[in-house]
Amino acid sequence: MRLLRDLVRTPEGAIGLGILAALMLVALFAPVLSPGDPLRITGRALLPPFTDPAFPLGTDRLGRDVLAGILHGTHTSLAVGLAAALAAIAIGLCVGLTAGFAGGLVDEGLMRVVDAFQIVPSFLLALAFVSVIGASVPVVVLAIALGAWADPARLTRAQVLSIRERDYVASARVIGMHPAEIAFREILPNALPPVLALSAIIVAAAILTEAALSFLGLGDPNVVTWGSMIAEGRNILRSSPSLSIFPGIALVVTVVGVYLFSEGLTKALSSRRLEP
Amino acid sequence: MTLLAIENLSKRFSSGGRKVAAVSDISLTLEPGETLGLVGASGSGKSTLARILMRLLPADAGAIRFEDKDWLALSGANLRNRRAKMQMVFQDVLGAFNPRATVASVLDDPLRIHNIVPKAERAREIAALLDRVGLPANYAQRSIREVSGGQRQRIAIARAIATKPSLIVLDEAVSALDVSIRGRILELLVELQEERGISYLFVSHDLAVLRAVSHRIAVMDAGRLTETGPMRQVIENPQSLAAKALIGAVPRLVTEPTEGPSHDV
Repeated sequence: MRLLRDLVRTPEGAIGLGILAALMLVALFAPVLSPGDPLRITGRALLPPFTDPAFPLGTDRLGRDVLAGILHGTHTSLAVGLAAALAAIAIGLCVGLTAGFAGGLVDEGLMRVVDAFQIVPSFLLALAFVSVIGASVPVVVLAIALGAWADPARLTRAQVLSIRERDYVASARVIGMHPAEIAFREILPNALPPVLALSAIIVAAAILTEAALSFLGLGDPNVVTWGSMIAEGRNILRSSPSLSIFPGIALVVTVVGVYLFSEGLTKALSSRRLEP
Repeated sequence: MTLLAIENLSKRFSSGGRKVAAVSDISLTLEPGETLGLVGASGSGKSTLARILMRLLPADAGAIRFEDKDWLALSGANLRNRRAKMQMVFQDVLGAFNPRATVASVLDDPLRIHNIVPKAERAREIAALLDRVGLPANYAQRSIREVSGGQRQRIAIARAIATKPSLIVLDEAVSALDVSIRGRILELLVELQEERGISYLFVSHDLAVLRAVSHRIAVMDAGRLTETGPMRQVIENPQSLAAKALIGAVPRLVTEPTEGPSHDV
């Protein structure tokens, strides 16, 4: 809770948190704000925005409500982004913790695997993964996580290597604490803050990757996403640019919100570390 | 009965392809209830010896017998259980504690791990430990960062005595403390020794501190033991060059008056 207070005290953190909270609310209440399937045809095709109060942002080529698409797309974008980042950080933490704590051959082996994943461009990896296995939300989440876990793994390992030499870890060994308890109770919580700051950037990247996959038609076809809406509007970009612009704006706002949040988090964490 | 016997202990570190002997061929003994002061200049290997003894570093050669058992042969759960009998107090009063710890959690860990008292009585035992080292019981709820250096070292001592050890290794345990607090911590250590018969291996570079608490003193230089003997003998009549240098280095601001007519006014 102290962290949250420190976070809100920085302007970036406050704005970022505000944007993210608003998006979360939209994602949660999308079925209430615009009931029904956002992919169903509700009105005349290609209605321009701001003309019909029933469709404030107009309709697309098939007569689907753009506003409904954006509201429901929030849910997909945030859920996929957060789930992918969570998976990436969980994998990264486990690998980094094991490598840093075990050392020796285990460390060498795991770090070569991390190298392999860092060498492959993460977007190509996600693209190949989804093309082979097929597009569905869990596969997209996994595909994004596969390309993103290497950085937190490296960072965690570096943190663990530095922390395990501290006296308080020696002190825990001296009182006979089990190595697993030392790893999870003494080392991990203290290795976490920088990884936490990195995690926001991973969320932003995951949201963008998901949008890009959907744009290329590799998203889950059964859910509406901002990426697929932009792709949908691309064919008639010159006659109805608004079809691509509105989901684009939603994407920009989300990513900027996540970045501001991350910036505020980094500041809050570093100001906390300066305290005696 | 000898509590601790170190025999021909050696440890080398390789730095940049060069082998450096941090501890070479050291043999020491420690009796129950005795304080052995281990003194040496920086880099003489005394902290390495302490860390090998605590099984924080592996030894290259030699043997350690502790309470009549082969201490270096223990491993895994056996070692963790036996660690209760040999505890350590570190020099760095801040670095020796997890920054997220509270005073209560610091003292709870050893009680829980070694099952010293039933769970329901732990809070009372923590209060008793705090009381024993001269801190009020309501300190238990504080974060470890909220207490001063001297108080932290008292908590470190409380943590060390929580498992009822027979030996405590004190690695420069008072070097980081204010001189005014140092004396009171040393008094506490001596009191605990008289009360519970704990042996101390007191590692320090400060002869003034060792003089106040040690029964015997061992002098280390460049990884070797150069001299061991009763405290008074080593300090008043040092035999080795290293011991003489250390004694010569103790600062004296007032020169003691020497007898002789030249000083008469």
